[in-house]
Amino acid sequence: MRRRPVLHALLLGVLAWVSGMAHAAEPAPRPLQIVASFSILGDMAREIAGDAAQVSTLVGPDSDAHVYAPSPADARRLAQADLVLINGLGFEGWMERLVRSSATRARVLTVSQGVMPRRLDGAADPHAWQSLANAKQYIDNIRAALVRARPTQAPAIDARAAAYRQRIDALDTAAQARYAAIPSEQRRVITTHDAFGYFGEAFKITFIAPQRWSTEAEPSAADVARVIRQIKAQKARALFIENMTDRRLLDRIAQETGVLVGGTLYADALSAPGTAGDTYLRMVAHNVEAIAGALEAAVPVASLTQKK
Amino acid sequence: MTSPYTLLVEPFIEFGFMRRALVACLALGLGSAPIGTLLVLRRMSLVGDAMAHALLPGAAIGFALAGFSLVAMGGGGFVAALLVALLAGWVSEVTAQREDASFAAFYLIALAAGVMIVSTHGSPVDLMHVLFGSILAVDDAALLLVASVTSATLLALALLYRPLVVECFDPGFLRTVGGFGTAMHFGFLVLVVLNLVAGFQALGTLMAVGLMMLPATAARFWAHEVWSLAAAAALIAMLSGTFGLLLSYHLNLPSGPAIVLLAGAFYIVSLLFGRRDSLLLRALARQPALHKHRVA
Repeated sequence: MRRRPVLHALLLGVLAWVSGMAHAAEPAPRPLQIVASFSILGDMAREIAGDAAQVSTLVGPDSDAHVYAPSPADARRLAQADLVLINGLGFEGWMERLVRSSATRARVLTVSQGVMPRRLDGAADPHAWQSLANAKQYIDNIRAALVRARPTQAPAIDARAAAYRQRIDALDTAAQARYAAIPSEQRRVITTHDAFGYFGEAFKITFIAPQRWSTEAEPSAADVARVIRQIKAQKARALFIENMTDRRLLDRIAQETGVLVGGTLYADALSAPGTAGDTYLRMVAHNVEAIAGALEAAVPVASLTQKK
Repeated sequence: MTSPYTLLVEPFIEFGFMRRALVACLALGLGSAPIGTLLVLRRMSLVGDAMAHALLPGAAIGFALAGFSLVAMGGGGFVAALLVALLAGWVSEVTAQREDASFAAFYLIALAAGVMIVSTHGSPVDLMHVLFGSILAVDDAALLLVASVTSATLLALALLYRPLVVECFDPGFLRTVGGFGTAMHFGFLVLVVLNLVAGFQALGTLMAVGLMMLPATAARFWAHEVWSLAAAAALIAMLSGTFGLLLSYHLNLPSGPAIVLLAGAFYIVSLLFGRRDSLLLRALARQPALHKHRVA
């Protein structure tokens, strides 16, 4: 019993010696092992950490974090991690249990800390990354955690974070300019995505959910009639409906209402590498252009009323 | 609030897609129900079903090449179904195998090939849309196709009415008097396939057969001559289309199944209470008292 402190001191000494040796052998410390819960956080962490860290993500591109089922390999990666990044705001409900069961000693950082959450169906809306202002908050949080874990590399990390913030600002300026050309009363979009609350707030776009529209079942005449009435009543200008396999039906609705059917929007994940939304910035730029393009190209309301 | 006008007319006044769907249903019923009648009379009721499945590989190849293209999918389906019909007919002529057996063999091969093509080139969700289509999404091109096929069908039926009817009841007769029968049989198969292609663009393959065969089988309980059978079938098909759409609109039901189930309901009602040979009439005829009363 009494020998314990001696043993500890001895062990610490050995450890210090070994790590000292390691330090002497390779000047840069072992890269920080970061595990991000989903692709967007992974991309941000890579931008800021550079070669100071190895970043892996649990839910990869094109995958849905809402319905993700963790694998044993994920638990092992978590156990070996130094820093775990989660979005928070209830986005990854499964993450807390996974972190606990992996018995990781990693620090768990909630990157949405300090963001003012919107409400969505009575709970916090987790899709905060859809606003570029929030993204800067995310970056500050990640930067602070990285600097704390690797103080010696602080200057490089700070420089990369600052450069990243500048690119976000530049994109924000460009996006605001893009939307300034579209009258604000025309910025009305019907979508099944529930992820664009923050995006809409940032760019003054009203996103309207189609009432009782199921993306899985075959629509009835009543469903189609309801959406058409809603588009007309709420003067929506563009339609983004997810997972609609039958494009012909959307075209029919578009013809009847004068809305424009938009393309793909990326909401909860990056797209596969090499495609339009494979980094956070490219994803936001894609969404900005997809929505702005659809709003612009939609038939002007005046000409529609003339036709009828 | 629920006046007959709001129930029956207003949906078609308010929405263009309802008008298009209605026109497509009426045209489809007018053309394919008489074809279904002839199929029933020729004891080929299941051939329509087989043909509809035989369409699939052709439509799938068209879909894989050109996506949701009316020309590619319709043309592919037309060629594939005709090929199956010709092969089946040829096998039954050169061997002792009967046509229904060779038909079954070839349509099953075609169906499996179609499923294979669709699942390797597109997602299974798209297959469902190939199979079921959507009457609510009828566009100009599909509407034109349905209308042209119906016009061509009615014209052909008017011109070939007599030989077709003769063929129905005595398939050997035309062959013995002039070798005309094989051509007639083939021409009829072309009409069947054309109507199925038109129907599958609007309703999807399975639903198209439903609108072709169910009114034809129901008509048997109301009419007797070939022309009146065809007329009754067309009427039932058009009623099923119209009220199926209205059911889908008012009760929030998927339109394709609503239309075909309504045609099915027409069949059941006809079977039970029809003017000719229905279960009710048979039951009445079996009861001596009522029978006597009826005779008196």
